[in-house]
Amino acid sequence: MNTFTIGSYPDSKGHFGPYGGRYVAETLMPAILELEEAYNQIGNEQAFQSEFQKLLRHYVGRPTPLFHAKRLGNHVKGASIFLKREDLAHSGAHKINNTLGQALLARHMGKQKLIAETGAGQHGVATATAAALLGMECRIFMGLEDIRRQAANVQRMKLLGAEVMPVDSGSGTLKDAMNEAMRFWVGAVRDTFYVIGSVAGPHPYPLMVRNFQKIIGIEARRQILELTGNLPNMLIACVGGGSNAMGLFYPFMEDSIEMVGVEAAGKGIETGKHAATLTAGSLGVLHGSKSYVLQDANGQILEAHSISAGLDYPGVGPEHALLKDLGRVHYVAVDDNQAIEAFHKLCKLEGIIPALESAHAVAQAMIEARRRPATDIIVVNLSGRGDKDLNIILSEENKGKKE
Amino acid sequence: MNRIDSTFKTLKKKKEKALVGFVTAGDPNIEESLRIIEAMIDAGLDILELGVPFSDPTADGPVIQRSSARTLKQGVNIAVVFEMTRKLRKKTDIPIIVFSYYNPIFSYGISAFYNDALASEVDGMLVVDLPPEESMEMTSCWSTNELSLIRLIAPTTPTERMARIAQSASGFLYFVSKTGVTGSDGLDSKEIDDKIKTLHSITQLPVCVGFGISTAADVKSIASFADGVVVGSAFERLIEINLDQPNLPTILAEKVHRLKCSTKTTSV
Repeated sequence: MNTFTIGSYPDSKGHFGPYGGRYVAETLMPAILELEEAYNQIGNEQAFQSEFQKLLRHYVGRPTPLFHAKRLGNHVKGASIFLKREDLAHSGAHKINNTLGQALLARHMGKQKLIAETGAGQHGVATATAAALLGMECRIFMGLEDIRRQAANVQRMKLLGAEVMPVDSGSGTLKDAMNEAMRFWVGAVRDTFYVIGSVAGPHPYPLMVRNFQKIIGIEARRQILELTGNLPNMLIACVGGGSNAMGLFYPFMEDSIEMVGVEAAGKGIETGKHAATLTAGSLGVLHGSKSYVLQDANGQILEAHSISAGLDYPGVGPEHALLKDLGRVHYVAVDDNQAIEAFHKLCKLEGIIPALESAHAVAQAMIEARRRPATDIIVVNLSGRGDKDLNIILSEENKGKKE
Repeated sequence: MNRIDSTFKTLKKKKEKALVGFVTAGDPNIEESLRIIEAMIDAGLDILELGVPFSDPTADGPVIQRSSARTLKQGVNIAVVFEMTRKLRKKTDIPIIVFSYYNPIFSYGISAFYNDALASEVDGMLVVDLPPEESMEMTSCWSTNELSLIRLIAPTTPTERMARIAQSASGFLYFVSKTGVTGSDGLDSKEIDDKIKTLHSITQLPVCVGFGISTAADVKSIASFADGVVVGSAFERLIEINLDQPNLPTILAEKVHRLKCSTKTTSV
């Protein structure tokens, strides 16, 4: 197996090998350079880190548990499955780790207004939460289709004092929300901080978001050693933009263990209605960085499809593209039906309602566990909770009854 | 001398400023778009900026977003844009600048793009989301200086960065008049004037001003200190509200004529 030297990527210009970089309009360049400088300086300061760590502990509730899902493991008659319970983090997903980090940084930079894009609404809720806590103004851009299918999170953001900006261009999903957030930022860049929710976007976002999320893997590594005395054989996480996966994987990079990133195959790769960017996409530039994208022969970005709004994105973080090329992480795709089945299994067997995004990782964990002996250990990032997805699950059940 | 440099030289002699017009290629359809552009050139347009549509135009406002969507439905791509420039070149000698986001160019192939642009007698490129930091990949195969690289300067660009950008630019500099997407409202002539003075002090390149310029009065005010004005969304808006009008080329030509008159100023 290839090993990987931690800290060698990105380079000083934000390149992960051939990926990453900064592809933005000149209006934004000075802001991105300023952010990079501020992050390099403030992000490493003792005062900033201690404030951040305090919030993670006393506000987010970290460390989140690492739970041995014995009934799920028994059900598939295979390897032991451990769930990293990011669904128990305050506001219901891993997203809060990153939004608190970026909001603190914004405050240190003297910017009092936050904007963010959101798909499933988890990043929007987490940004609105950070804004409320730190007394900042907050606007969340969200596609109309996502507003429809993630109504509970829209209400949550409003209760937290954020303004939800509906985006009706394109397919009304995450890509369109990000387009509109970038347009708004171009006009408001002098006093507004853009909180990007994934390891995507222009440098330094992929690096910064990974570093704010790596607490997931740092804790999981310590916890699995405490619980079992061993490192896991495999890590599994879902990948839309890829922040929860980078957060879990990064601290294990130098360990000789397998890592699997699970993309959304939607209605099936062959139907073209999927969000499996690394599995079926090609090299391109979208939203400020070079990576794999779903595109046509003319370089026009295609619309992604997934039952999970958080994975419904035609791009992916540049570090994942490099990890794929290096063969360090293996990327697979799980379709809507497999994710729904895994969702129900986790509800019934473990009493945990997972986010549909995370259900993709659970589905793959069941496949992998079946092939392995009971002595093997698989750690799955349960990146978020599924309360937001109840309407989608109910409407799928009704569809099933009609058919 | 290339067409861009000689255009600015000629205009200077005539004490005029450049009217640079942006249209999305193939809007509302490819044939009509060619007729519109020819009519605009006949009416006095000095430099043409021909936009390659993109699915995710993050630097553009609603008007150009909609024109992009219309032309993508018409099947416009880079090959079509080059076909259009070859046809236009038979009828006109004004500089043609291709305006694009980076991904369509990257997808077309960097060196194929360069060769085909030259073969189609394109004079310059403006790639809105390609800052100098990432340009090497595209320009490393530019073996001659036949193709100009127009660069954007924003109101947020610090002075020392302006100088660095200017060094890697050719043809002219495009000063973005405001922090916002294309077609935004409101101009502050005084602030723009100050920035143009700074730019003129650090570069020999002509400086054109664009974003949010739509009326003859806007043009007159900007033309009193800049070397040219860029009008885009105002033309696209006219196309959009007159989509079914048979005399669309005439409507655009009249607008060009009015704006061009405002660039003839002797007050510098």
